[in-house]
Amino acid sequence: MSEKKFSKKHEWVELNGDIATVGITKHATEMLGDIVFVEIPESGKSVDKDSQAAVVESTKAASDVYSPISGDITEGNKSIVDDPSSVNSDPEKGGWFFKIKIKDKSEFDSLMNKSDYEKFAKENQN
Amino acid sequence: MEVQKTALYKIHKNLGAKFAPFAGYEMPIQYSDGIVKEHISTRTYAGFFDVSHMGQFYIEGGSSLDEALEKIIPADLKNLNINQSKYSFLLNLEGGIIDDLIITRRKNGFYIVLNAACKDNDIKHISKNLSEDHKFYLCSKTSLIAVQGPKSSEILEKKIRRISNLKFMYGNFFEFEGEKLYATRSGYTGEDGFEISVPNNKVENFIKYLIENKVKPVGLGARDTLRLEAGLCLYGHDLNEKINPIEANLKWAIAKTRRETGGFNGWEKIKENLEEGTSRIRVGILPEGKIIAREGTKIFSTNDEEIGTITSGTFGPSVNAPVAMGYIDPKFSEIGANIKLEVRGKKHNAQVSKLPFYKKSYVK
Repeated sequence: MSEKKFSKKHEWVELNGDIATVGITKHATEMLGDIVFVEIPESGKSVDKDSQAAVVESTKAASDVYSPISGDITEGNKSIVDDPSSVNSDPEKGGWFFKIKIKDKSEFDSLMNKSDYEKFAKENQN
Repeated sequence: MEVQKTALYKIHKNLGAKFAPFAGYEMPIQYSDGIVKEHISTRTYAGFFDVSHMGQFYIEGGSSLDEALEKIIPADLKNLNINQSKYSFLLNLEGGIIDDLIITRRKNGFYIVLNAACKDNDIKHISKNLSEDHKFYLCSKTSLIAVQGPKSSEILEKKIRRISNLKFMYGNFFEFEGEKLYATRSGYTGEDGFEISVPNNKVENFIKYLIENKVKPVGLGARDTLRLEAGLCLYGHDLNEKINPIEANLKWAIAKTRRETGGFNGWEKIKENLEEGTSRIRVGILPEGKIIAREGTKIFSTNDEEIGTITSGTFGPSVNAPVAMGYIDPKFSEIGANIKLEVRGKKHNAQVSKLPFYKKSYVK
C-alpha cells in the first residue's frame, strides 16, 4: 500500500516501502504556468530534506524543486525532460520528478496529508 | 504609490487573467489559456493586448517642434509624412537610450508611444527641450489596444472600415460605432497587426467584438515570448541609459541623414562607434538543447573567457526551442559562432544567431 503526503513547497511524495516518488502538485503547476524545461537529479545523488534536487522552468521563470525527504536518488524521470509539458498535463502521476530511497520515515510522517495540503494551498494562493 | 488599473481591468478579470504589478500598473500576465497557447494563437490567428499602461503622448506646435525633437530623437522628423510612424529613441548626452518609442507625425504635431515604466521620466526629458509655444499632454481618455496576428486585418476591417488599407508603420483616423479612433499598423510581435487608441467609453464594446470573432486575450507573458522571437528589444532589459543604439545593433533606426549630419544628443559618441566599432554588440543567441538562459546569464568563449551577458531569454513557443539575446564582445559576434552559457554553475553550448528567430510577416 502506498501513502501520499505533501510539502509546504508544493511537492507531493508517494511512499512505497522505502522508495519515495516525488513530484510537484497540480496547484504548483497552475501557479507556474506552461512548463518548458525540467532538470532532474542523477541516480546515486544523495539529498538532504528541503535541499534543492531538481529545476522546473516555465515560460516566465526558473524554480527549484526541493526534496521533502532525505535519501539517495534511485531514478529521475527522463520522460519529463523530453516532454516538459507532461508535468502540466499529468502532474501527480506520469509527471513525477524523481524516486528516492529514504533514510528516515519520520520525515515522511511529518508532511501534510491531502486535506491539510489543500487547505494550505488555498490559503497561500500567491 | 498606488497601483493603477487600466479601463479594462474588470474585463481582464472575467477573462481569467492572472495579474502582476508592472510599471505601477496591475497588468494581466496571462489568461486561462496560458502563455504558450496565447502565443500560438497570436501567430496563427489573432490576439489582443491591453497596452494602455504605455504612454500615449501628444505634442503640438509649429515647424520649430521638428527641430526641438530632433535634438533628442535621431529620426528624420523633418521628412516624416503626416501619419507616418518611425521606431526611434530618446537619447541622453552620451547617446544612451533613455527610452525606445514609436513616433508618428500628426496634423498639428507628433504622437509618441512611450514605455510605461519610462513615461514620467521621458516627459521631463522631452519638456526640457520644448519651448513655450509647444503644448504637450499624456492622454488617459483612450485605451491602447494592440490587435496582432495574420487574421487581425480581416477581422478589424469588418467593424472598422478601410483599416486594412493602412500600410506598415502608418496610421490614420477611422470610425468605430460612430466614434473616431486612431490606429497605426504596427506592433511588437513580429506579426501583421494594429495598435489602436480606443476611447475608454467604447473600449468594452471593442473588446466584445474581438472576442466574438475568436480573437484571444494575450497577456504580458506571451507579449514577451512573441517580441523575443521577433528579435525586438525590451527596454530595461535589452536597452538602458548606458547602451547606445550602435551597441544595441539598432543602427537602422537612426536615419541615414541624421547619422551623417548629427545634431542630436550623443552624436559624437555614436559617430565614433560607427567608425571604430563598439566594445559590445547585441546579438541573438540559440542555446543547444532545452536549456533556458535567463537575463543575467554569463556568456563565455569556447576558451572559457567571459565575453558577455544575456539580457533576455526564454522558451520560444513558435521556434519550439529556447531563444535569447545578449551583449557580447564583437570579436565573437559572427553568426553561427560557438559560445557557452553558464546556467546554474554549468557551461552549456550555444550559437550566435541571426535575428529575428521567427520570420516576420508584416504587410508592406
